Amino acid sequence: MNDAITVRNLKKEFKAYSSRSGLKGAFRDLLTRNYKIVPAVNNISFNVKQGEMVGYIGENGAGKSTTIKMLTGILTPTSGEVIVNGMNPHKDREKFVSTIGVVFGQRSQLWWDIAVQESFRLLKKVYKVTDEQYDSHMAHVIKTLDIEPLLDKPVRKLSLGQRMRCELAAALIHNPPLLFLDEPTIGLDVLVKLKIREFLKEINEKYNTTILLTTHDLSDIEALCERVVMLDDGKIIYDGTLKSLKEKWGEGKEIEFQFLEEVDLSDLNKITASSEVKWEKDDKEAIFTAFTEDNDELISLLIAKVVADLKVKDINIKETSTEEIIRNIYDRGIS
Amino acid sequence: MDKYIEMIRIRFLMMLAYRTNYYTGILIYSINIGAYYFLWSAIYGEKDAIEGMSVIQMSTYVAVAWMARAFYFNNIDREMAAEIKEGKVAVELIRPYNYLGMKTMQGLGEGIFRLFFFSVPGMAIVSFIFPLQFSADWTTWLFFAVSILLSFLINTQINLLTGITTFFLYNNTGLIRAKRVVIDLFSGLLIPISFFPVWAQDILRFLPFQGISYVPSMIFTNSFSNNEAIQAIIMQGVWVLILIMPIQVLWIIAKKQLIIQGG
Ligand SMILES: Nc1ncnc2c1ncn2[C@@H]1O[C@H](COP(=O)(O)OP(=O)(O)OP(=O)(O)O)[C@@H](O)[C@H]1O
Ligand SMILES: [Mg+2]
Repeated sequence: MNDAITVRNLKKEFKAYSSRSGLKGAFRDLLTRNYKIVPAVNNISFNVKQGEMVGYIGENGAGKSTTIKMLTGILTPTSGEVIVNGMNPHKDREKFVSTIGVVFGQRSQLWWDIAVQESFRLLKKVYKVTDEQYDSHMAHVIKTLDIEPLLDKPVRKLSLGQRMRCELAAALIHNPPLLFLDEPTIGLDVLVKLKIREFLKEINEKYNTTILLTTHDLSDIEALCERVVMLDDGKIIYDGTLKSLKEKWGEGKEIEFQFLEEVDLSDLNKITASSEVKWEKDDKEAIFTAFTEDNDELISLLIAKVVADLKVKDINIKETSTEEIIRNIYDRGIS
Repeated sequence: MDKYIEMIRIRFLMMLAYRTNYYTGILIYSINIGAYYFLWSAIYGEKDAIEGMSVIQMSTYVAVAWMARAFYFNNIDREMAAEIKEGKVAVELIRPYNYLGMKTMQGLGEGIFRLFFFSVPGMAIVSFIFPLQFSADWTTWLFFAVSILLSFLINTQINLLTGITTFFLYNNTGLIRAKRVVIDLFSGLLIPISFFPVWAQDILRFLPFQGISYVPSMIFTNSFSNNEAIQAIIMQGVWVLILIMPIQVLWIIAKKQLIIQGG
C-alpha cells in the first residue's frame, strides 16, 4: 500500500455558539449559551497516492482548512479514519510530523523577530537534518526560490511574497514526502506565483513529493494539479481529473464580439432569438459575449447571423474557462 | 536535546532585538528595591533584628529577591494565551517537539539573558547604593544556584498551567493577572514568609509559592541554616515533581478538545 493519504468517512463537527441580542440576552448568555452543532467536514472519503498533486478546492467555509488540520493531526476528528504516510496523525506525533511539511498561507511559521536564517537553523535542529542533507537540499531550494538576499532579514521586515517564499522553504527543510499547502499563493503577484508553481513542480518531479493544495486561484490548480477534489458544505462533490471536470461541465463555448457601432443586448437577443444563446455584456470594454453549446454548426450559424446584421470589429471564440466552470458549480451546485 | 538548546539561543536573539525593554526594566527594578529598602529601614527603626533578620539581611533579601525575580519571571503564560487565541498553536503542534518543553526553554533563554545582562549588573549597581551583604561561603552560593533554578521551574510550571487554561476558558487575562499578584505576594517577594502571621505561614507551607522567591532569598542572605536550606531545596524539588501531573493531565485534555481559531 503506497497511498500517502487515506481518509474514510471523516467528519468534524464544531459547536457554533450564537449570542442572544440585547442586554438581557447577554445576561442569559452568561448562564447558558445557545449553540448548534455544525458539521464543517461531513463524511468525506478519498485517497491520495504518493507523488500525486491534488487541488483541494471549494467555496469559503467549505471545510478545506478543517480537513487539512485533521490530516496534519492538529484537530481531532469527530469520527472517521485518517491514515497519512501510513500513520495515524494523532499517535506518535513527533515521528508523524517529521514526515510532513505544512504551509498555512495565512499564518507565519517563522519566528517574527529574528532573521530568516535563524529560523532555518532552529528548524534544521528540530528536524534533525544533517549538515550534508541541509547543504545539498536547501542550497537548491534557496536558489530556486531566490531568497538568498532575504536570509539575514527579520521576518517582520519582509513583504508578503518574500515571506511566503521563505515559508515554503522552511516547510521543506526536512524534505518531507508529503506537503500540505493551505492557500500558499494568497496575495502574491504573478511572478512570485509562477516561481512558486515552478518550484512545486520541480520538487514533485525530483523527490516524488505528494502535494495537497488548497487555493482560490484556479490557475494554480490548472498549472499544477491533474486531479481536483471539490468540497461543498463539508461534502465532496467532485473527485477526478481537472480535464474531465472541464469536459463534463465546460460544454459550452464563449464567443466574444466587439462592434463598430453602438449595440444593445436586446438587439443581439432579437437577432439570435431562434437559437439557444445567452448574451452578456462587459460594460467597460464594450465586449459582448455569447454563451452557447459546443456545436460547430450552431456557432457558425450564430456568427453568420450577427455579422449579417452588425458591423463587427473583433471576434474571439473561447472555451469556457475553469474559473467559469467552477463559478457555475458554486452557483448552482452539481446535480 | 539540540533543538531545545537552539531554542534558548533563539530567545536570546529575540531579547537582543528588543533590548530597550530591558534598560527600562533595570530602572523599574532599582526603584522597587530602593522603595522597599527605605520602607524596611523605617520599619526597623532602632531595632537590631525582626524575626531573626538584621536590617542588612533584610535589604539584601529585598535586593536579591528582585534580582532573582528577573531570572525566574517570564510571560510564557501570556504568550501561550496569545498563541492559542490567534490560532498560532497550530504551527507549534506540527513541529516534532514538545510544545510545553519548548515554552519552558524559551522561558529559560529569557531568564539566562536577564540573569547576565540585568540581574548581575543590576546587583552590582544596587550594592553600591545600599548596604548589602554577600556570603563568602561557597555552599551558600551553590545552594542558591540550585534553589533559583528550581524557583524558575516552579514558576514556569505555574505559568504553563495558567497558559493551558486558555484552551478551556478562552479569555483568561484576569486569571493571568490574578496569578501574578498571588505569586508576588505569597512567594515572599514583597514580605518574607516569616513575617506573615503564623496561621498564614502554616497554610503557605502547603503551597508551592514560597519555593519561588522566599527560599532562594533566605538562602542567599544566610538566614537559613545549612539543614534548613537543604530541606527547603528538597521541598522545591518535590513541588516541581508534583506540578508535572496537573500539567500533563490538562495538556492531554486540551489537545483532545483543541479548536484552532481562524482559517
Ligand atoms: N473554531 C471553529 N469554531 C466553529 N466553527 C468553525 C471553526 N473553524 C471553522 N469553523 C467552521 O467550519 C467551516 C469550515 O471552515 P474552514 O476554515 O475549513 O473553511 P475553508 O474551506 O478553509 O474556507 P476558506 O476558503 O475561507 O479558507 C466554516 O463554516 C467555519 O465557520
Ligand atoms: Mg481555509
